[in-house]
Formats: sequence, structure tokens, C-alpha cells
Amino acid sequence: MMVERLTKAAARNIFYGGTIFFFIIFVALVADSFHQARVIEVSNPISHSVAHGKRVWERHACFDCHTLYGEGARFAPEIGRVWLKYGGQTDPAGARDALKAWFQAQPTGVDNRHQMPQFNLSDRDLNDLIDFLRWTSAVDTQNWPPHPAE
Amino acid sequence: MKYQSQQVAKLYFLGALLIFSLQIVFGLAGATLYIAPTSIPVDLLPFSVIRMIHTNALIVWLLMGFFGCTYFLLPEETENELYSPFLAKLQFWVFLIAAVVAVGGYLTGHYDGRSYLEQPMFIKVGIVIVALMFLFNCTMTALRGRKTVITNILLMGLWGIAIFFLFAFYLPANVVIDKMFWWWVVHLWVEGVWELVMAAILAFLLIKLTGIDREIVEKWLYVIIGMALFTGILGTGHHYYWIGTPGYWQWIGSIFGGLEPLPFFLIVLFSFTMVRKGGRDHPNRAALLWSLGCSVMAFLGAGVWGFMHTLSWVNYYTHGTQLTAAHGHLAFYGAYAMINLAMFTYAMPLLLGRPPYSQSLNIWSFWILTSGVIVMTLALTGAGIMQTYLERGLGEEYMDVQQQITAFYWVRLGGGVMVTLGLVLYLFALLVPGRAPATSRLGLSSMS
Repeated sequence: MMVERLTKAAARNIFYGGTIFFFIIFVALVADSFHQARVIEVSNPISHSVAHGKRVWERHACFDCHTLYGEGARFAPEIGRVWLKYGGQTDPAGARDALKAWFQAQPTGVDNRHQMPQFNLSDRDLNDLIDFLRWTSAVDTQNWPPHPAE
Repeated sequence: MKYQSQQVAKLYFLGALLIFSLQIVFGLAGATLYIAPTSIPVDLLPFSVIRMIHTNALIVWLLMGFFGCTYFLLPEETENELYSPFLAKLQFWVFLIAAVVAVGGYLTGHYDGRSYLEQPMFIKVGIVIVALMFLFNCTMTALRGRKTVITNILLMGLWGIAIFFLFAFYLPANVVIDKMFWWWVVHLWVEGVWELVMAAILAFLLIKLTGIDREIVEKWLYVIIGMALFTGILGTGHHYYWIGTPGYWQWIGSIFGGLEPLPFFLIVLFSFTMVRKGGRDHPNRAALLWSLGCSVMAFLGAGVWGFMHTLSWVNYYTHGTQLTAAHGHLAFYGAYAMINLAMFTYAMPLLLGRPPYSQSLNIWSFWILTSGVIVMTLALTGAGIMQTYLERGLGEEYMDVQQQITAFYWVRLGGGVMVTLGLVLYLFALLVPGRAPATSRLGLSSMS
């Protein structure tokens, strides 16, 4: 079989050469994707509040229950398009108020429903977190998920 | 056991088993919350904290196990004592204390970062210091001793782990870029450099357990890890489908991700061929069972369960469902938990200076633990398929779907209980002195 015809030195050289080859291709593609991701910021700028909202998301480990673009834990709903689900595109002020009310109403304590903690976020943190959710909803995710929030 | 400094491995193995137990306890708690969401008060212990302890404990015990495996096999491979056993012991305590402080912090609301990387900054810095102590010690040991392919590949993998961890410090405000580089830690670890570590440890075990010629093993090793990295590096693309990155990743991820089962298939071929050719009848049968089981379960978990949802047009529907969790559980268990448990089974009797007693108890624990993880995986696969159909297919709401698939979560908890039982048996078999079989006492010196 294949392995028997190959010498050890040849196997080793193929390993090193191939790994370097594929890593270079990978880095080149990631560099291109990095550049394209920066272009997103032109039409969808990352303001201070969006950046700070992302830190709020991280500091409270929201991803350890929710998914964002399908990544994270699966204990709570996907939130990449939650801004649109709340009607943010047509009524931003209404969506903001509704989201704030949602955060403040947690935990619901309703039996058999997954519980979200009360994080006691300041008004600034709430606003920035919502700005972050607005930012994520505008990213082109190749039409994922199949049934976006209507 | 030929070298005195191998003894430091014992500390690492015991620490790893302790943290493994912690992982299982929090796994049971998380599984319970899926069935009875209000059973644990959310202001006391929310699911998020349970999950971060469960996943962090997994990674820490596997790494601690890898450190121990390295300290155990390095003196035998390099044919000299560790450069500094003291540094190895110090490294253990720094790592363990950092882990305990991190868990204490999580329980009191001190976390920050991204999934699996929730450690506060000073803990992350501590991890780097631990890694530097470890790599220095091992590299110095390797440099002054016999050079073998196993040592070379193992150290390459371990250096890779440390280098890619550095991306944990890069936290850009742009979520798309953030996610791209998060995978440089997560994917390039478990579908990249960790495979090097696993293959090297497995090769060491097979040489010891089957008496196979080193030359043959080494050639196989290069082919396996070559296959792993040729597919795994560009296979990162299967995480770049829907996170705001360009569409070309759907081609790259599908092609290279689709080939990722190949190295795991080769590992199965490799380990069974070595056992057939080796022909040595080692008294530690349980260690050989764990080694062979590792190769098979890694192929199923990482290979087959990964392939299920790696193609972009499948992943479009399955992404972000419990199918990912099913794959994650079987792959981590098969590839990385089992290789550690195989090494602990092989090395602990030698480190404790005892014959490999409690063989049948250990073999029982193998079957119960493995069956438990399989039950859990099948249950999560069922839950994932239902989620795919109801949420992605019909567009139903997340929580409405959850309430329709509780039965799967009950079975998953059942699998978790089996795992717990298997772990207790394993600990018992490994740590509690048993009655030595009449013949093995004489065979002790020829076993190492």
C-alpha cells in the first residue's frame, strides 16, 4: 500500500512542504477576508457605542447561552437579526424601547421556559448593547439564517 | 519506569482527573436545565456560568493531561531526565491555582471575553506563563537527548497550541474579524495542532503496547499529520460560511472540511495495523483497548459527525443547532479525552509502582463511559435534526421548538449519568489498590 512505498524522509518533506503551502494559501485568503470585513465598516460604521456594546456582550458572556451568526451556546435564541425582529428597520425607537423592556423583565420565572438572568445593566450599557445588536443585524451573512426574523 | 523525573506526570494526571470530574458535574447541571429550566435559581447559577465552567474545565483537563503525557514520554523518548523536574512541578501548581481562581471568579461573575476564552486577562497571561515554562522545559529536554519523530511532532503540536492561543488576546471591535480570528484559536487547535499531539501520544502508546518497530510508526505519523494539516488548515473555511465573510469560503470549507475525516480514517488503519503486526501481548490490556477505542471514536466523532454538517449547503440548515453540540461531545471525547485516558491507564500503574490490576474494572469503565457519550451524542443528533427541520425548515420560534424536543434532552441527561458512572469506575480502577493477578508481578519490569 501507499505507505509502504513512501520513504520516511519523503513523508517528512511532503508534510513540511504541504503544511507551509496550505498555510500560505490560508493566510492569503484570510487577509482578503479581513480587508472585506473592514469595508463593511464604511457603510455600517463601528461607533464608540457599538464597540462598547460588544464589550457589554462579552463581559456578560451572552454567547454562553445565545448564538450570534449561529456561534455560541444553544440554550437561547439566535440574536444576529434580533434588531430586525423587533422592527428596528421601520421603528428604531420602538424597537429600542421594546428590547430594553425585555432585558428589564428578566428573569420571567415562567415554569418550563429557559431563564435569562437580570444583569442590571445601566442605561448606557443597554443603549450600547442595542446599538451593537443593530450593527450585527446589518452584516451580510450570505442569507443565513434560512428564516430570518420577519 | 526508567527515569525518575517521569514521576511529575502523576501530579498532572491526578489534576486532570480532578478537573474532568468537575467538568462532568457541571455538564450534569447544564443538561438538567434543558429539562427543568427553573430547577437551579438563575440568580444563583445561570446556564451561561455552568456552560463556561463545563467547557473551560474540558480544555484545562485535556491540556493538563497533554502536559502530563509529555512529561511521562519525553524522558523515555529522549533517553534522559527532564531538564527541570522542579519547574515542571511549579508549572503544575501555577496552572492548577489559575484554574481554581478562574472557576471561583466565574461563580462570582468575573469573566470576560469569548466562548471558551472567558478567562479574565490576568488568567490569560498566567496561561501564557505556564505554557512558556512548559515549552522551555520540554524543548531543553529534547535538545540534549535522543531525537525521535514522536518527540518532534509532539513538540511541534505543543508549540502550535501556545502560538495560536495568542489570538485570544486579539479582540477587535468588528465582530466579523473577531470571529475569524477566534477560530484561529479554536479550530486551529482542535482540528489542527491538537491532532499532532494526539497522533504522537498514540504512536508512543502503540510502540510500548505492541512492540512494533519505530521506523514503521514514524512514516505513518508523517502521513497522518500531513493529511491532518493539509485538510485542517483550509478546513477552517467551514466556520467562515455565515459570519459575514465572503462566499468563496463555502467552496473551500466544503472541499477541505469534507476531506477532514481522512486523517482520522488513517489513524484507525494505523492503530489496527500496528496491533496486527506488533504481536506483543502486553499485560495492560485496558490501555490497548483505550488506545484502539480512541482511534475509532475519534474517527466517528471528529470524522463522521463532523462530515455530517461540514458541507456548506447542509450547514446552511444545521448551523447553530444541537448537531454542533453532538459533534463537539463525540469528537472531544473520542479524540482527546480518550487519548488521555489511554495514557493514564498505561502510565499510572508504572508511576505508582504497581502491576496493572483492576483490568476488568477499567475495561468496564471504558464501555460505560463510551456508551454514555454515544447515547448523549445520538440524543443531541436527534434534537439537532428536529431543530433543523422545525426552526430552519419551517421557521418556528426557538423556544417553541425547545419545548417539542424535551424527550431528546432526557435521553441526553441519561447519557450523562452513564458517563458519571463510567468515570467513577475509571477512577476506582486507576487509583484504588487492587489485588494483583498472580502472574503480573513478575512481568512488571518488562512492561515499561
